[in-house]
Amino acid sequence: MFNHKVAAGFPSPADDYIEGRLSLDEHLIQHREATFFVRAKGSSMAGAGIFDGDLLVVDKSLAPQSGDIVIAVLDGHLTVKRLVHRGGKVILKPENPLFRELELKEGQELTVWGVVTSAVKKFI
Amino acid sequence: MPLALVDCNNFYVSCERVFNPALENKPVVVLSNNDGCVVSRSNEVKALGVKTGGPWYQLESLAKKHGIIAYSSNYALYGDMSARVMSLLSTFSPKQEIYSIDECFLDLEGFDPQSLLEYGQTIRQAIKRGVGIPVCVGIADTKTLAKLANHCAKKGLAGSDGACDFGRMNEAQRSDLFARIPAGEVWGVGPRITHRLEALGIHTVEDLRTAALERMRDQFSVVLERTVQELNGTPCIELEDAGAPRQQITVSRSFGSPVTAFEDLAESVAYFATRAAEKLRQDGSVAASVCIYIRTNPFKEGEPQYQRSLIVPLAQPTDDTLKLVAAAIQGLRASYRSGLRYKKSGVLLMGLQPKGSVQPTLFDDPEKQLKSDNLMRVMDTINRRIGQGSLTIAASGINQRWSMRRERKSPNYTTAWNELPVAE
Repeated sequence: MFNHKVAAGFPSPADDYIEGRLSLDEHLIQHREATFFVRAKGSSMAGAGIFDGDLLVVDKSLAPQSGDIVIAVLDGHLTVKRLVHRGGKVILKPENPLFRELELKEGQELTVWGVVTSAVKKFI
Repeated sequence: MPLALVDCNNFYVSCERVFNPALENKPVVVLSNNDGCVVSRSNEVKALGVKTGGPWYQLESLAKKHGIIAYSSNYALYGDMSARVMSLLSTFSPKQEIYSIDECFLDLEGFDPQSLLEYGQTIRQAIKRGVGIPVCVGIADTKTLAKLANHCAKKGLAGSDGACDFGRMNEAQRSDLFARIPAGEVWGVGPRITHRLEALGIHTVEDLRTAALERMRDQFSVVLERTVQELNGTPCIELEDAGAPRQQITVSRSFGSPVTAFEDLAESVAYFATRAAEKLRQDGSVAASVCIYIRTNPFKEGEPQYQRSLIVPLAQPTDDTLKLVAAAIQGLRASYRSGLRYKKSGVLLMGLQPKGSVQPTLFDDPEKQLKSDNLMRVMDTINRRIGQGSLTIAASGINQRWSMRRERKSPNYTTAWNELPVAE
């Protein structure tokens, strides 16, 4: 005990009210082990509020649903698009009229790399 | 006591493939330090007959012919992916022993024995989906058998895809399977023992399993006797809890080109001590002594050879980078000889114990200790935030002339903000 510094004076009246500070990790990440960060490039998803350079929070463990924004594997590369099931067809839909939809052909298999759960943008 | 051994398939190659899906179905290897040897191979490369540990320069014509893609080891990536896999796996059992960077044992005591194989498949899917790494699962009553079951799962020797439960087989089926596997595949049976076993007519796992215990003990060792008992389902090797902190921490590297100057060697040693100290603080431990070692290249014939290791005890166990580096440099100063071409150096932290358990002495200054703790925390935070090695002590050098060759390294996809994977 001789090792301890003795605090003089009264304890702070706020001590009893201290709670854990809010953490963005806690807010944005549901599955810690399965969550990866991916950098968005280009403007194909501008309509969904995703712009060049945005940080995408991607959860690999979630089962992709129609309507989700996903990271998919296209010709060996990662791409960010909206996943849409329409009339028995699987479509990767850009959110920008300047880009074309991509419809999966018969027998073509789509690999969804992960589901985008949020995008982070920095202003400074 | 059923337990599972979960092992990642071609782990380093699999890590590269997660972030570069174009590598899927292509022949890929990962090379060791200094791009010297093959340390991880994709199945396509295994099919070409390339062995682990083979020197890369000997493979260059084969690589060209088959379009083998080679990567330098990316330890930051593999370390992070391993931590993710292990953490996810820990949710499948109350007790986990992490055996290496890419394999761990899980205790399955108390689980329904009839559904362990399905549980194995659940584990495989969860890891593949969550982290993107393919794994195989071997289930049996002892560690040695679980290892063997994993081998069977990997090679597809026992039916089910990627998972194998010896508990699901009857005696005759197991004997039949073991008779088809060479004894050398058993955990702990190395090439030398395999050779000696063969002289005794013991060729297969089944031969070894049915060998007389006393004979194994007398002619080999109690270790091999234990292995035979384990092959018969008697547990002899305990599951060690993951909670047990490491006993020592090593950071060492071979140099890209030989180093002669004391200053360059000191830079490397200071850098290794810095990295080791970070690991130490991550574990929440302190070290009682620092061991440094240096050596020349034993493969360079005609060059003067020298190697030396030296243990420097610390006055008080510590996790302070500055003190650990100072001790390492002190050790180096006493071991260094000029005029030699050094190939490798390393730092070991020994006598590790949990930080809270250290007896304070009368000479401790709590104020100073607090300052040191704060400084270390700031160093770790900054290095975590803007990339390993951003903030370092001046002794570990800025140019790092000694640093190893890693010409084909992939980006640090998960540990550096400016190297994240990109999606268009």
